[in-house]
Amino acid sequence: MSAAPAEIGRERVLERLKAMLRIRRFEDRCAELYGKGFIRGYLHLYNGEEAVGVGVMQALEPDDAVVSTYREHGHALARGVPMNALMAELFGKLAGCSRGRGGSMHIFDVSRRFYGGNAIVGVGIPLAVGLALAQKLRGTRSLAACFFGEGAVAEGEFNESLNLAALWKLPVLFMCENNLYAMGTALDRSESQTDIHLKAAGYRIPSFAVDGMDVLAVEDAARGAAARIRAGGGPEFLELKTYRFRAHSMFDSQLYRTKEEVESWRRRGPLIGFTQKFKERGLMSEDDYLRLEREADQEVDAAVAFAQAADWEPVDQLMRFVYAERGAA
Amino acid sequence: MSASALQPAATTYRDAIREALRDALRADPRVFLMGEDVGRYGGSYAVSKGLLEEFGEERIRDTPLSESAFVGAGIGAAIGGLRPIVEIMTCNFSLLALDQIVNNAATLCHMSGGQCPVPVVIRMATGAGRQLAAQHSHSFEGWYAHIPGIRIVAPATLEDARGMLAAALRCPDPVLIFEHVALYNMEGALSDEWPQADIERAKLRRAGRDVALLTYGASLYKCLAAAASLAPLGIEAEVLDLRSLRPLDDAAIFASVRKTRRAVIVDEGWRSGSLSAEISARIMEQCFYDLDAPVGRVCTAEAPIPYPKHLEDAALPQAETVASAVRAMFGK
Repeated sequence: MSAAPAEIGRERVLERLKAMLRIRRFEDRCAELYGKGFIRGYLHLYNGEEAVGVGVMQALEPDDAVVSTYREHGHALARGVPMNALMAELFGKLAGCSRGRGGSMHIFDVSRRFYGGNAIVGVGIPLAVGLALAQKLRGTRSLAACFFGEGAVAEGEFNESLNLAALWKLPVLFMCENNLYAMGTALDRSESQTDIHLKAAGYRIPSFAVDGMDVLAVEDAARGAAARIRAGGGPEFLELKTYRFRAHSMFDSQLYRTKEEVESWRRRGPLIGFTQKFKERGLMSEDDYLRLEREADQEVDAAVAFAQAADWEPVDQLMRFVYAERGAA
Repeated sequence: MSASALQPAATTYRDAIREALRDALRADPRVFLMGEDVGRYGGSYAVSKGLLEEFGEERIRDTPLSESAFVGAGIGAAIGGLRPIVEIMTCNFSLLALDQIVNNAATLCHMSGGQCPVPVVIRMATGAGRQLAAQHSHSFEGWYAHIPGIRIVAPATLEDARGMLAAALRCPDPVLIFEHVALYNMEGALSDEWPQADIERAKLRRAGRDVALLTYGASLYKCLAAAASLAPLGIEAEVLDLRSLRPLDDAAIFASVRKTRRAVIVDEGWRSGSLSAEISARIMEQCFYDLDAPVGRVCTAEAPIPYPKHLEDAALPQAETVASAVRAMFGK
């Protein structure tokens, strides 16, 4: 990495911890709310992968575009999408960031340049290439940050998009969240090349494997890549090695992996490792952790109350926005 | 007014599209064209010939053979504030980009609660008649017309080829333009003044009192020929060029049907589960008591389009099969 790691002080430690705890507590509450029927449809939780979303977002500017997947609550929160609007979206309420029309898999907040919430594996990758093309042709220094899972690398759209971005030297930060399972299919049962960053290297894209359980390592890698992309170096690729602690969705009995495997990953999870390391260095305390966790819970409580009180979109609005409204935005 | 406005130059359908492209590229810096072989090659159907030299590689972009990536990139660039025109060489290859067109372009505006309009224009060649065999002869515009969230147009004349592309670029929605391969060489005249073209309304190409021929694209000319052959028999056929397949111009269709009390739909698509079936159903729902005869349809035979000319001709709607369907309706 060319960029030097930013200095690690107490403030930065607590900020990252807070950002990860907000996601963890939000997702845990979502699981409860799903059980109670407040959230329906497909729900994919980000537990275990918080360091990726939080780390990457530190490297992005407000003008950068973000394209995400159906496991995107963590990305949205780290990007600054208000928790109230996010929770209301999961409830399907009008106050949701997509008017409640997208639900868990389709979080949009164009004011924060957050372009979904794309629920077909790989479908968002060409979008990110196009957003980057627009930014380049408009003469900006912005980039498009594109998240996808390791399952997406088997799709044609992944391979077509990497080639196109490399060929046209577009400012795309490709980020593969490699959590080892495409739903229930283990990586080594679906890919001939399991070192995914090497696939990107095949398109002559600078590519790096990063410990996705270490938020600061992710942050440093993303900052370095973003700086080189902004300088006109063309796309870069990060393979962020991580693990999802919960099931793929709420309908998954997890027959494809052992409890021992999950436990071993939990022991090196993004919150545990981070907390242990910085307690030892004296940059945070158990009280800090408990306070931030409590604050996160309070924010989640408020978001749930907001979502519960919010209105449904009136049925007579169903046909709005099938086509763009003239004169609107 | 220039002299050429008084004396329109003879030109072709492909020239008309090129003129619209050139005009848009000159007028709006957000507009660019991308697709397979649109630059150095000049376009598979020579539509974009000369544009690379005039506008450069940034705005006339040759793409790899990656339909999903470059169509998706067009959608992304549209969301990102540009006005991309994406050329897919033929609608046959558009199936490789179906995910982007159906799952992205058609859904993003509604699914995001109106935050994400997608002002992309996607042009593609469609249709049969050039002995290109089954994989290069599809007519998929009817399929695409099934999808809410996108607009489907099929210009049949030079003025529409030019004017509807311009109108599509002014539209904030994804617009798919289907250009029938048999039309690119068609000659005609274009005026200096650009007549208003829209992408929602049908246009009456021939007025008649006895039967309405409802059609679009290259089949328009087969219908006009059929109408000419019917006139000596005392059957005055009206020919309505649908132009927009989504939305369908119900008002124009119903007005034609109510006036003539008979309708024959002529469509190069297959008939099962088709656009012609949809139009027929709408007529039945709205004009049932106005009809003097069941709605007729002349469509492509339900088989892959074969290569040899005699079989291809037999598979497709022809002026004679249209005329014969009308004659049968009148017992003639």
